[in-house]
Formats: sequence, structure tokens, C-alpha cells
Amino acid sequence: MKSAVIVFPGSNCDRDMAEALRLVTGRAPAMVWHRQDALPPGLDLIAIPGGFSYGDYLRAGAMAAQSPVMWAVREAAERGIAVLGVCNGFQVLAEARLLPGALMRNAGIRFVCRDVPLIVEDSPSPFTARYEVGEEIVLPVAHHDGNYQADEAVLDRLEGEGRIAFRYAADVNGSARRIAGILNEAGNVLGMMPHPERAVEPAHGREDGRRLFEGLLEMASQTA
Amino acid sequence: MKVRVHVTLKKGVLDPQGKAIHHALEGLGFAGVNDVRAGKLIELDLAEDVVDSEIEEMCRQLLANMVIENYRIERPEEAAR
Repeated sequence: MKSAVIVFPGSNCDRDMAEALRLVTGRAPAMVWHRQDALPPGLDLIAIPGGFSYGDYLRAGAMAAQSPVMWAVREAAERGIAVLGVCNGFQVLAEARLLPGALMRNAGIRFVCRDVPLIVEDSPSPFTARYEVGEEIVLPVAHHDGNYQADEAVLDRLEGEGRIAFRYAADVNGSARRIAGILNEAGNVLGMMPHPERAVEPAHGREDGRRLFEGLLEMASQTA
Repeated sequence: MKVRVHVTLKKGVLDPQGKAIHHALEGLGFAGVNDVRAGKLIELDLAEDVVDSEIEEMCRQLLANMVIENYRIERPEEAAR
């Protein structure tokens, strides 16, 4: 499986993401600097990592969404290539309008950094293919702006179309309908606040994130 | 031409920062504060030939997130056209 990790100034989970991909897929991803306007050919997955791109200036993800590389990401997403945005990556995808809604300051104002239980929702996508529907998993979150908001019509649509991939088992940050991760209409773009790449090996203490990458690996081997 | 863009949260959108400021004001003993909403003020120094529609586009594409925010453009009187 061929993957790429986008690196912005201020990304800080790019190497964690690269290591998780290397570990699970057996192949190190290409690291793509945000100024590049083209992606390596033949990608199966583009990962947008966590961090504080551009210091969260203006709004989290707002500046990164305007980076040259995001035009290539947009084009790749339209072609059906899997795109995974984690934490700041989710904020970037929302600001780039590849996903609906917005991520606001946590309702409790504080930065939240802890392991949280999530429910895997019924959403047909390679990202959740290796989980059971309704399964409870635990992944770490570490964010200040994870409060997902969209208008009621958008939320109803996400629910109705099976585009909520993960939901917090209990409220974490004030997100509407406890949304932790959502898919685009085609199901090939996932944005989520929890960090699957921080739960892929025994040394992490948890391995619940591993199956997300295994699902992508399976998808890539089927289409290869 | 100096133009000010006021970015505010849409009505009904929860404003955790405004709430925190509100609590802090109450903590300081200021009574009678009913509500606080926090926003952003962005000052643009623009060339004279920048037209209104361009400023609107700046707001829509970057300065405000239209999902949760509104914007208001404040021009100096002489620049009104």
C-alpha cells in the first residue's frame, strides 16, 4: 500500500502517523511538504496529521487549507483516493470544505488530552471495515478545538447517510451528537479528532487504532 | 484605504470564550452583564482600487468560516461607493 503524509509548518503528529503506516502496511509513506503542488503517483492513502499547522492562526486548519498541496489532495479525493485527517488534519479537511461543518473551541474551554471511549458507527467505509458496528474502542484525544458543529440539516444528513464513523461514548468536547469522526459523501475521506496512530502497538498501551490502518491495507490490496 | 472586518459567531452558536469572559467579569464583581460574545477584528490596509466584491470574497474564502461565523465590513466613510 502506497501512502503519503502531508506535512505543514506546525504539524507534530506527522512522524507518529508515518511510523503507524510503516508498522501496519510494511511500507514507509512519502512525506509531502505543504508547498508541493503535486502528490507522488499511485497513492492509496493520503494522511493529514495532527498538530498546530500555522500556529492555529485565524482558525485551526484555516491557513493549511489554503496550502498548494491541498489542491492536489482535493483532486485526489475526487478521484476516490482515501484521505484520512486526524485532529488538526480533520480541522484542515473541514476548512478545505472536503468535509462539512466546523471544529470549534471545546465547550469546556480546556484542552482535552486523555483516552476516550468511542462507538464505531454503522458507516460502510474502508476506515471502519475491520471494526464491528457498535463496538466500543478506546483512542487518545489531544485537542483544544474538537467541538464539531454543523447545522441541523447537515447533521441529519450525516446520520441518515451513515457518514458518522465514530461517536464519543460520552461527551468530550461539546460536539453535536457526540460526533468524533465523519465521512464525505463518497466515503473515501474521513476526518476524526481521536488519534488512531497513537494506538497501534503494545508500547502505546492500546492497539485499537491499528484496525483502521488494516482496513485501508485490505482496501488497497483488493484494488491493486 | 483601511477596512475593518468584524468576524462574529452566528447567533445560537455556543461561544465558550465569551462564556469564560462573562464568568471572569462576574468574578471581578461586575454585576449586570447579561451575556458576552467574543469575536475577531481584522484590519486590512487595501489599495484604493480594491472593490467591495473582492473584500466580500476575502471574507467568504478565508477571514470567516461561514459555517459558524458572520462577518461585517466596516469602511471609512470616504471609501463608501
